[in-house]
Amino acid sequence: MIPALLMSEVSWSGFLRPDGRLGIRNLVLVIYTVECAQFVAHEIARSEDDVHVIGFPGCYDNAYAIRLMMALARHPNVGAVLAVGLGCEYTQPDRIAESVRLSGRLADSFFIQHAGGTRESIQKGKQLVRAMKAQSDQQTPRKRMSLADLVVGCECGGSDGTSGLAGNPVVGRFFDRLVDAGGTAVFEETVEQIGLRDILLERGVDAKASAELAAAYDKAEQYCQSVRQWSASPGNFAGGLTTIEEKSLGAFAKSGTKPIQGVIKVGQCPAHAGLWLLDSVPDPHFMQFGYTNPNDSEGIMDLISAGCQIVLFVTGRGSVIGSPVAPLIKITGNARTFQHMKDDMDFDASGVLTGMQNLDGSADSLMQLVCGVAGGQLSKPEVLGHREYFVPYKHQDTPGLRAGCRA
Amino acid sequence: MRHSEEVLTLAFVISRRDNVATLLEEAKEGSAIRLLGDIESLTNLITRQDISAAHKVAIAEIEPGEPVIKYGHRIGHATRKIFIGEWVHLHNCASDVDERSNTLDIHTGAPDDSRTAYE
Repeated sequence: MIPALLMSEVSWSGFLRPDGRLGIRNLVLVIYTVECAQFVAHEIARSEDDVHVIGFPGCYDNAYAIRLMMALARHPNVGAVLAVGLGCEYTQPDRIAESVRLSGRLADSFFIQHAGGTRESIQKGKQLVRAMKAQSDQQTPRKRMSLADLVVGCECGGSDGTSGLAGNPVVGRFFDRLVDAGGTAVFEETVEQIGLRDILLERGVDAKASAELAAAYDKAEQYCQSVRQWSASPGNFAGGLTTIEEKSLGAFAKSGTKPIQGVIKVGQCPAHAGLWLLDSVPDPHFMQFGYTNPNDSEGIMDLISAGCQIVLFVTGRGSVIGSPVAPLIKITGNARTFQHMKDDMDFDASGVLTGMQNLDGSADSLMQLVCGVAGGQLSKPEVLGHREYFVPYKHQDTPGLRAGCRA
Repeated sequence: MRHSEEVLTLAFVISRRDNVATLLEEAKEGSAIRLLGDIESLTNLITRQDISAAHKVAIAEIEPGEPVIKYGHRIGHATRKIFIGEWVHLHNCASDVDERSNTLDIHTGAPDDSRTAYE
């Protein structure tokens, strides 16, 4: 094993994007602009290497959803984009392609109705993604990158009693190391920080950051109060959690101990290195867009939209999902889950519970795995082909994407 | 009460400020507990009832209204006196923010309050 002190010197070959960011994959992203184009988009990507799919199901457009998809389209792991629409929806594929081209990437678009239907569209789409993939592989400059160039996100879901005791604390220790190495860490789920207002605010790096944390916390608490839902389910209580505060502390353990630089919203990138909180709770809007985190895939999309090249997913019970655009690394603190679902789980953090390993040792092993995946090793969900995504209708008050993302 | 001297049930303490530990396996009433984590093991910690895995056991006496502490922080307050070795859950510990938490069934977690009508 490489000693932790030397980990910051570990490097691998990344993909240099025109905005200066570095990717760890060189993908083509197929984006559909309405549910009606979903089948064709997935058929285009089927059996093609490094071609992923995302899309928005709504016919009526939504600023939040478009912002999220544009952030994924101009993600450092993406080299080219094909936008596919049916031909009668509000969201416009050619405008997605135009914005992506302005970022210095390859992009194309078409409507299925113009192309002549399903078969013609699949054929046309496959030709376009193959041509763009070949060109992108040939012309994307390579550059050495290290932990300092990584943005890593963390989400937890399918949690059990081990997530707060082992999985999340190991990620927290890894995040501390990543920040020490000059890298960037992003965590989320402000609705799972309920009861921790004082602890959260103490972690702000300065008064501005603490004010941002206070605003995000107060919005989340107000939100939970108004829907009478505290992000804890009957299963959580049956599993041994007694209060939302207890669940919050277990979830918050993944943030480690470093100062929090500030709060970003969906589609925004951290302004500089360090630890950041992502706020995905809807801002007030006359539509009211329902529950803030409908499923784990939605939260993972949010983290990837912040420019995370890799996302860690802590799952005690054992979730099988993966993600497009950025590899998902699955961590469990439950030894039984790791054994029982070996093909799905990347990392076993249970050693810290039994005393087989301490937090530092486990965090070092996780860091090695992250560097391996960054260097091209496939994570378990990548091997299996899991690429779940979720782009909902929502509303958030945010400045333009350019202000946050350098793209 | 049944004392099992040979087989100790494992429980994990996250912070030395905690007054509860999390069971890593199921414990029957009268089980002797061995504490792992950030603590010197208590020699006489015996469970006062059956407690499921991943649930909490009190490792210190907690007076009514006093904080229940896990992760070194307050996770709620005791709604009645809690003795060492007792199961700590919805029946004797309540959230400071979620008024609904002590209306839930202590075994299934299912809501039992009258505000949600099934009509």
